Amino acid sequence: MTEPSGDGSESTDGESEQSATVEQRGDPLLSVSDLETHYPITEGWLRREVGRVRAVDGVSFDIYEGETLGLVGESGSGKTTLAHSLLGLEAPTAGTVRFDGDRVDELTGADQRAFRRRVQLIVQDPNEAFNPRMQVGKAVAEPLALNGMDDAARRQAIVEDALERVGLAAEDTDRYPHEFSDGEKQRLAIARALVVDPDLLVADEPTSALDARVQSDILALLDEVRREFDVSILFVSHDIDVVRRFCDRVAVMYLGEIVERGPVDAVLDRPAHPYTRVLLDSVPSLDPGDRDLPAPLTDTIPDPADPPAGCRFHTRCPAVIGPEDADLPPDQWERLAAFRFTVQVGELPAAIDLDDPPSEGTVRAAFDLPGTVTDETVAAGVDDAVEALAAGDLDRARERLAAVLPSVCEQQVPATVEVEGRPVTCHRYDPDVDADPRPWTGE
Amino acid sequence: MGERSPATGDPLLSVSALRTHIETDRGTVRAVDGVSFEVDRGEAVCLVGESGSGKSVTCESLTGLVPQPPAEIVGGDITFDGVDLRADDADLRSIRGDRIGHVFQNPQHALDPVYSVGEQLIEAITAHGDAGGRAARERAVDLLRRVGIPRAEVRIDDYPHEFSGGMAQRVALAIALAGDPDLLIADEPTTAVDVTVQARLIELLRDLLDDGMALLLITHDLRVVASLADRVLVLFGGTIVERGPVGEVFENPAHPYTQALFDSYDGFGRLPDRPSRHDLPTDGCRFRPECPHAVEACADGAQPPFYPVDGDAAHAASCVYYDDERDRTTVLDADRGVRPVGEVDDDD
Repeated sequence: MTEPSGDGSESTDGESEQSATVEQRGDPLLSVSDLETHYPITEGWLRREVGRVRAVDGVSFDIYEGETLGLVGESGSGKTTLAHSLLGLEAPTAGTVRFDGDRVDELTGADQRAFRRRVQLIVQDPNEAFNPRMQVGKAVAEPLALNGMDDAARRQAIVEDALERVGLAAEDTDRYPHEFSDGEKQRLAIARALVVDPDLLVADEPTSALDARVQSDILALLDEVRREFDVSILFVSHDIDVVRRFCDRVAVMYLGEIVERGPVDAVLDRPAHPYTRVLLDSVPSLDPGDRDLPAPLTDTIPDPADPPAGCRFHTRCPAVIGPEDADLPPDQWERLAAFRFTVQVGELPAAIDLDDPPSEGTVRAAFDLPGTVTDETVAAGVDDAVEALAAGDLDRARERLAAVLPSVCEQQVPATVEVEGRPVTCHRYDPDVDADPRPWTGE
Repeated sequence: MGERSPATGDPLLSVSALRTHIETDRGTVRAVDGVSFEVDRGEAVCLVGESGSGKSVTCESLTGLVPQPPAEIVGGDITFDGVDLRADDADLRSIRGDRIGHVFQNPQHALDPVYSVGEQLIEAITAHGDAGGRAARERAVDLLRRVGIPRAEVRIDDYPHEFSGGMAQRVALAIALAGDPDLLIADEPTTAVDVTVQARLIELLRDLLDDGMALLLITHDLRVVASLADRVLVLFGGTIVERGPVGEVFENPAHPYTQALFDSYDGFGRLPDRPSRHDLPTDGCRFRPECPHAVEACADGAQPPFYPVDGDAAHAASCVYYDDERDRTTVLDADRGVRPVGEVDDDD
């Protein structure tokens, strides 16, 4: 296999130089500050608002000229809503987006048209990007026509040039979308974005619907494009391999918030936030001899309409901080934390059927509970919870566990602190919290 | 994890010289053109290759899911546990339903939006004749639990749209497992899900393998292959170009196509533009127009024979360079020009 361990160290130098040069460029092209996009949840025919989905909830970052910023996170983290909010396809409910220094929500007339020309979107599925009945030449020329270019001959010349730049032929203009492979369609989508000479491409999972080899070709094309056109890219992806290859910096998003961001080599080689670590740990190794796949405490991504209190990741966090005043060795706390939060989110092991409650012994075995719990108060609470589960009473088990196993992670919203010069939002890095960061032990 | 000991006696599935051709308005596509392999009980075999390599058509041909016409199985034998799957339609239907399960990349294809997942699962269970009524519902809840659906006894009454992508894939898997199949054919089952969900699905498939189920997995994700496969078959242009135990294929990718496929994981693989499927050679080595090492012998006759790569017949490549008369190091040790992206970017 061609992923030697030495590979990482070789590329690190090149990449850190790259990010250094990026950081020295003056004002950001795009500056996002405390952006929020909430959706109302309505009920009944009066559409009374009964709640809000906090899809994007206080996000800040910059993108500099010529830079590629990766945005990673699971589905439901708000990545796509964020991308759409920047483009004005969704209306943000708070915060500001500045492009070239100007607030985009205040743009009008020619300035607004210019913004819409200078920022272009590339979507995940190129099949959705084209009208099957429109010749691709016309489709690629559409943004030009929309921007007021009336001269058909000039449009044609620009389109032919764009097609050749993305590796297609000028003669392809007369063909229809179905005559192209998915990879070629994504090339067409890129050509269509490029005809108006944009400054920022927002690429929402542009390669995830494609084969590995075609992915590579499209990434190579985007790489050429960003260098040739000096275009910045916001690259939304759930594929960490692709982000590692392609991006200068990366922001990690969870439930509407950015939990960690920084240069791609720093974040992916030395991830600080436990969520970033969970994402990286979930990527299978390319070494068939290493098949370990560490899991988060629970699998359930909480509802963005009702995110967990404190740190939003605490219900899944393998590094959740234990109760301050309880006398619990780390190995006991880890098993009890898994017990507490799997019960809380209702991810009970297959052996536990609340309609046909199991014995206390089965409950203890199913949750792999420690034989002895050193702290007396905690031990009593855990006994109560086990008893409640054996009686089929999930709510009481939840209450007892929450009472004896409190965590700072659910009680306080974490502060954002600098770790190796990059912002990380986790209690373990907060000097005011009585807990230390864990060392990273991954690849 | 080491390789599984081969089951005693005949393999569970045996495919020999399978050829499936598809008629299109631009001529015949030899989608599968002489594919042979076996799957043992409890074994995980991965088909690796890009779209158009023939991996999906191969699997669809096994169970008659490939639409005929335009496709036609023009040759070859498929034997499942001693039964000729090409001979008798009644046998095929019963085996396809009971003993071979299917899951696909998009779980929504397997789920009907109009019925609750419980109704669909119970239908699958009663179709296999195992149980009815209350017993079928209990088994449905058990299946949902088994594939890791929290609160299965409640969620069984939910409709497909109420499940996230990862959870819907678990439901589809539960339906595929309803007949307790001996073989699960999974076509890109983790491609559309998050890495965290993918990791749990991989663990679930491993549990099923430990319980003796065999797995024929189609994926283009080499990480998924590394995490699940016992053996790997690399397909290109409707032919198998390399086969072997996963550790050996990953350690020593031998066929120039496998090498190109693996390289595309590390940097920007920059091979010449791919000819469309219609333009691929229909004889000799199908990869030769793109191969940096191609020689005249690559065009000779049928597909090159399988030569052992490293003395071990289990790992073999269909490439003339592995004939003892040639110098295999030309291909095996070639500098394949992998460059980390950081260095590429410093060019100008």
